[in-house]
Amino acid sequence: KKLDRLPLNDVTAEQAYSTPQGYIEAAAKVYGAFALTGNKGPAGDPDILGIDEGTSDFLRLFWCAQELSTDESVVSWGDAGIQDFHNMNWSASNPFLTGLYYRSMYQITLANDFIKHAADDQLAAKGITGATAANIVSFRNEARFLRAYQYWVLLDLFGNPPFVTEDFVMGSTELPEQIGKEALYQYIESELKDLETLLPDSRANEYGRADKAAVWALLARLYLNAGIYTGTADYNNAVIYSKKVIDAGYSLISDYRNLMRADNDKNKSEFILTINYDGNKTQNYGGTTFLTHAPVGGTMPAAAFGIGGGWAGIRTTKALVNLFPDISGNTDKRAQFWTDGQSLNIDDQTKFVQGYGITKFKNIEIGTANKSGASLDFADMDFPVFRLAEQYLIYAEAVLRGGSGGDAATALIYINLLRARAGAAPITASQLTTDFILDERGRELYWEGFRRTDLVRYNKFTTAGYLWPWKGGTTNGKSVEDWRNIYPIPAADKAANPQLQQNPNY
Amino acid sequence: AQSRIISGTVSDAKTHQLLFGVTVLVSGTSTATQTDDKGHYRLAIADSVKTLEFSFIGYATQTAAITGEVVDVQLVAEAANLDNVVVIGYGAVKKKDLTGSVTMLSSKDFNQVPVTTPEQLIAGKVAGVQIMSNSGAPGSGSTIRIRGGASLNASNDPLIVIDGVALSNDALPGSPNPLSMINPADIESFTILKDASASAIYGSRASNGVIIVTTKKGKPGKPVINFNTQFTVSQIPKYLDVLSPAEFRNYVQSNGDAAQIALMGNAGTNWQKEVYQAAVTTDNNLSLSGVAANGRLPYRVSVGYLKQNGIVKTSEMERKYFGFNLSPSFLDDHLKIDVNLKVAHTDTRFANTGAIGAAVSFDPTQPIYSGSNRFDGYYEWLDPASVSGLKSLATLNPLALLMQYNNRGRVLRGIGNIQVDYKFHFLPELKANLNMGFDEAHGIGGILVDDSAAQGYNRYKDPNNVFHGGQNNKYSGWRDNGIIEFYLNYLKNIGDHRIDVTAGYGFYDFISRTMNYPDVTYDGTVIPESVPAYAMDKPRYTLISYYGRANYSFKNKYLLTATLRTDGSSKFNPDNRWGVFPSGALAWKIKEEPFLKSAAVLSDLKLRLGYGITGQQDGINDYDYISYFKLSGNNAQYQLGNDFYQMYRPGGYYYNRKWEQTSNYNIGIDYGFLNNRINGSIDVYYRSTKDLLNEINQPAGTNFTNKIVANIGSMENRGIEFLLTVVPVQTKNVKWDVNFNATYNKNKITKLTIVDDPNFAGSLTGGITGATGNYIQIQSIGFPRSSFYVYQQVYDQQGKPVENVFVDRNGDGVINESDLYRYKSPDPQYFFGLSSNVTYKKLSAGFSARANVGNYVYNNVASATGFQVNILNPLGIINNGSSDVLYTNFKGGSDKFALTDYFIENASFLRMDNVYVAYSFGKLFRNTGDLKLNLNVQNLFVITKYKGLDPEVPNGIDNNFYPRPRIYGMGLNLNF
Repeated sequence: KKLDRLPLNDVTAEQAYSTPQGYIEAAAKVYGAFALTGNKGPAGDPDILGIDEGTSDFLRLFWCAQELSTDESVVSWGDAGIQDFHNMNWSASNPFLTGLYYRSMYQITLANDFIKHAADDQLAAKGITGATAANIVSFRNEARFLRAYQYWVLLDLFGNPPFVTEDFVMGSTELPEQIGKEALYQYIESELKDLETLLPDSRANEYGRADKAAVWALLARLYLNAGIYTGTADYNNAVIYSKKVIDAGYSLISDYRNLMRADNDKNKSEFILTINYDGNKTQNYGGTTFLTHAPVGGTMPAAAFGIGGGWAGIRTTKALVNLFPDISGNTDKRAQFWTDGQSLNIDDQTKFVQGYGITKFKNIEIGTANKSGASLDFADMDFPVFRLAEQYLIYAEAVLRGGSGGDAATALIYINLLRARAGAAPITASQLTTDFILDERGRELYWEGFRRTDLVRYNKFTTAGYLWPWKGGTTNGKSVEDWRNIYPIPAADKAANPQLQQNPNY
Repeated sequence: AQSRIISGTVSDAKTHQLLFGVTVLVSGTSTATQTDDKGHYRLAIADSVKTLEFSFIGYATQTAAITGEVVDVQLVAEAANLDNVVVIGYGAVKKKDLTGSVTMLSSKDFNQVPVTTPEQLIAGKVAGVQIMSNSGAPGSGSTIRIRGGASLNASNDPLIVIDGVALSNDALPGSPNPLSMINPADIESFTILKDASASAIYGSRASNGVIIVTTKKGKPGKPVINFNTQFTVSQIPKYLDVLSPAEFRNYVQSNGDAAQIALMGNAGTNWQKEVYQAAVTTDNNLSLSGVAANGRLPYRVSVGYLKQNGIVKTSEMERKYFGFNLSPSFLDDHLKIDVNLKVAHTDTRFANTGAIGAAVSFDPTQPIYSGSNRFDGYYEWLDPASVSGLKSLATLNPLALLMQYNNRGRVLRGIGNIQVDYKFHFLPELKANLNMGFDEAHGIGGILVDDSAAQGYNRYKDPNNVFHGGQNNKYSGWRDNGIIEFYLNYLKNIGDHRIDVTAGYGFYDFISRTMNYPDVTYDGTVIPESVPAYAMDKPRYTLISYYGRANYSFKNKYLLTATLRTDGSSKFNPDNRWGVFPSGALAWKIKEEPFLKSAAVLSDLKLRLGYGITGQQDGINDYDYISYFKLSGNNAQYQLGNDFYQMYRPGGYYYNRKWEQTSNYNIGIDYGFLNNRINGSIDVYYRSTKDLLNEINQPAGTNFTNKIVANIGSMENRGIEFLLTVVPVQTKNVKWDVNFNATYNKNKITKLTIVDDPNFAGSLTGGITGATGNYIQIQSIGFPRSSFYVYQQVYDQQGKPVENVFVDRNGDGVINESDLYRYKSPDPQYFFGLSSNVTYKKLSAGFSARANVGNYVYNNVASATGFQVNILNPLGIINNGSSDVLYTNFKGGSDKFALTDYFIENASFLRMDNVYVAYSFGKLFRNTGDLKLNLNVQNLFVITKYKGLDPEVPNGIDNNFYPRPRIYGMGLNLNF
């Protein structure tokens, strides 16, 4: 018995889940696994091991996988494996892909654990009842939503991840198995359909927590890409669910340039679900801290971005620049480029001054020129996982691709709403094509983590149909193998879990 | 029967010194006595007795015929060395009766130079043992590896036992190595238990070998006062080869753009010269020892004062030391008590070692001082557009990094024990031994950085938008470790049989406390989010052991040792807690066989065979066999609604973790020729570790962490050790001895994952600087631990590396991670030690050298600084870097260029560790006052092909290493 030693501060699951407060703090971790890299800010006690902690948060990893591999971004750094994205020669050992995969699976694992401990009988056994219990039940349903979201991430990027739910017995010798893309798609769909009835009404939950609109928004995104995931398109449902979001009472904020600011929690009218950051209380080196620091370098004045100094990392290629007929911003406020000291062409991705800078993300309060957030080192900016603009674009694209239940006239109105907000000229019905939508998505949503998925859907990610500078590692770009439309299952997990099948050709 | 009184004195045959404590046995009886401190004995015996037997540790037992009332005896020291009693775990044996692979070094074998940490006394002296000082910083300890270490993620440090107190290897702030508090001048001997048959008695903690340190005790004879003082001057042996101001100017002018050229200043500063200094150390020790109370109370008291300055400016250490030993005996020596206490107070100022790297990188055309008052007058890279006025992420002024940073830690540590040894009156063959000890330490310190310093300038903006900078931070920690051990020992000779059995119990409790403090700026502003979630942490683990050992010898020719230890550790789940660690060994004294007994040339020949299993549980977490929830810190909260919540994170866990086990096989031969003027040993060993405590990937979705230490994998070490001591000349006036040792060790990982997946390269390790997230080493099956994992460089016709051109090793037309290969490893395959001493009358001289062969180093200084993007930096500054850039013309900046095998350099070396000359003046006064003077140089030279500062760096990655100084010393030793 003298060998039974217990930690001073840490508690067992039974103790942690013994009070309502404990439940909420555990739920905060299920959510916080999105934003933070570990238990200590900004770093020092990481969740994910084997990768630099500063790059181990969800958004930064997701962003790298979705943006660096595309026309929208290049990076100057030499982090292990980071240049593989734009050069399109990643392997199953890529540390960023390994990190992202484990981060997504980590949030799923946390959600599973929470869902299990927040089961009705568990709450009853602990005497938690009434409104307190209802709140915990809501967190349980939100955990299911976050799990479905992460399975969507894995489905989109890795195709066929291992599948675990709250029924998996942790600590057993059982190994998770893959269920295939179709079955995973159906699982996500059925979970979301179920949650559609369980989560709070749209805009009725607390800020930063998922509601019905978040469920619809994810369903709309899932259905838009159904053809890629299952081989069978489902544009009808994409129309239906994007419309549900659009009709839920959201509205675009007036100034596009205020979307990504230090106090953008004010943009609740447009944001459906956000990952929340705070310069003092939610510190890490990923997330919006990455998005506000990494693009700043060259002649860009740090103070104008509300930061102590830039990291001189990410810029864009001329492919994105060329989506804007006028890059000054005068005719389209979404054009936010830094050209001073920067060349349009890129000879060398590792030189920050090559490729235009992006000034979309600023740790500056709305309506001020340079009033920074709480800290110069860590951003206050929240990141919208879903915002209304995307739903307009989904609606329009799904209609154009033949989805029923909507109409082209409404689609045109929605697109012109986005353009009007940006101060750009409206388009006509004849201009509204699927290719136009792809470009418009580029203009509206660039650097928000959509681009790879969009290019895959348009069959432009790997093919010669669309080339951008340094695609595939050559100056003018070249096509790469089609199997690179999905990323490999990381070698680390394949070695740990012999059940897993690798994606083809990796 | 008639009885009579016999008396006499016993002395050393050679030195004529009177011997205290010699056992005088009446032959054929159990009647015995001991000599007193004047070497005198007195005994009543029966008339019939014809002979007495005189025995004493370190001397040949002598039988003397009783020829009168006075029998004076001169005992002869046993061949070659006096130290033939070797302290082993829970007891001592005669060296010639050893069955395991054990090396003992006593003070006369030590390196004869002033050292500040004890382990350096024996560096290079023992085959199979590598001792590498961690850095040149004052008070820094050493990394000790016995036979290559047995583990991957668990500890590879040997167990260290000081006067019966087994220390924990856990670091306390300010005391990097458990030995660093001990005053080297107080050490009598080191015993190193290398193979399992020797170390298995320490069971669970002995996988990496055991080092037993014994401190000096009071010796018979009149009281001795010893005063010893050392004075040394340390210097950096060489500077790192960076661009000179002229070369730098030239480089920037020919490669930089106008803006970069304009950044250059007019000064010519050698920043390395500015951060290093010649450093003075003084070490003074005074001891008093003797025997009081009529020979019953040996005592020794010592005090020491060390003041050591480091060669990096601002680093210094002061150590005050008090040692105390009392070993009285009572009840006719049936009861012996041994009391030890060692107390050290160290006060260390730690330099900001970031200055070492900054001195390599800082622009040599800039002055030290800017001429303005900003940042205390130090020149820094400025950016008028930034809030702090400083250029973000720019290299900071190296001298300012040192001078404006004051990190001072004070550690008070005490190690003590009381050991009671009782020999039963009714059964003198049986004795009981109780040992109670403690290891207490309290460390406290703080870091003070002025708010005018560029490091941390305006680093915190408070809610009123007021900026605060600098640091005024505290740290502290305690350690309260306790041990209780009890054993019974039975020793009996029956005819040709000798039986020596020990059985015991041990309880070891390891408690530490760490206080967590908030982050405070220089003006005392507490950064609210930094207030720790928990003010204190108190990790604790406990070990309980039962152990037994039987030694049996037959005709003093065939020796058998068997040990069994079972350990329970609180670190494992209740089902896996207990590990059983057996060992057995055989020794055959071939020399004692009739057919060799008369061989005059051969003076010793012994064959040893040993096998054993040892365990390991160091280096793993204390509690994580189940998942524990821990609240996140205040700056890692998450916002839901309008409130921020601390997050309850479930921790990763591994329920089935169990003891790592290392099987050891050892075959050894001890040999001696010409009355042991030539002697030594050869050992061949094979060590295989299974259930390796190894950090492995977890199947995603099955744990709250993606990597955890589990028992997966195996690793083996095989090697040969050779030891040779020769005394080529031994005359009245001249003595010359030579000691040589050689070791071959080969390490290989044989299993690493649950299933062998050929596509899984292995676990990356060895993080490097220069680019985020890059690792340079890998653990993979079939290769040595921490092999370098790199791209294969392609060279042009002139033999220069072509940047970013690598061999496509898998031939798929793409250069990516799949083309990395394993190339060399940081561990040497061969290492050698050579030392020699010559004494001519009163003059003596000697040296000690070491060599490693086959060890490789990643030159991270060259890879992180010797390229254009570092020098012409996109951050808007210019940096200096390794002169290698002039050769390679590397542009850098890509994610692969630093991962080339070009930067893996052969770091084999020969190091002249020390050279000394000493002169003994003999008695200064009529009968007393032995004076000895000593001149010496440490780290005199290193012969190596390695291009960096020092080929011997921890883990084989050379980056910002605090250089080892060359030390010129002078010492004086005075005995009264």
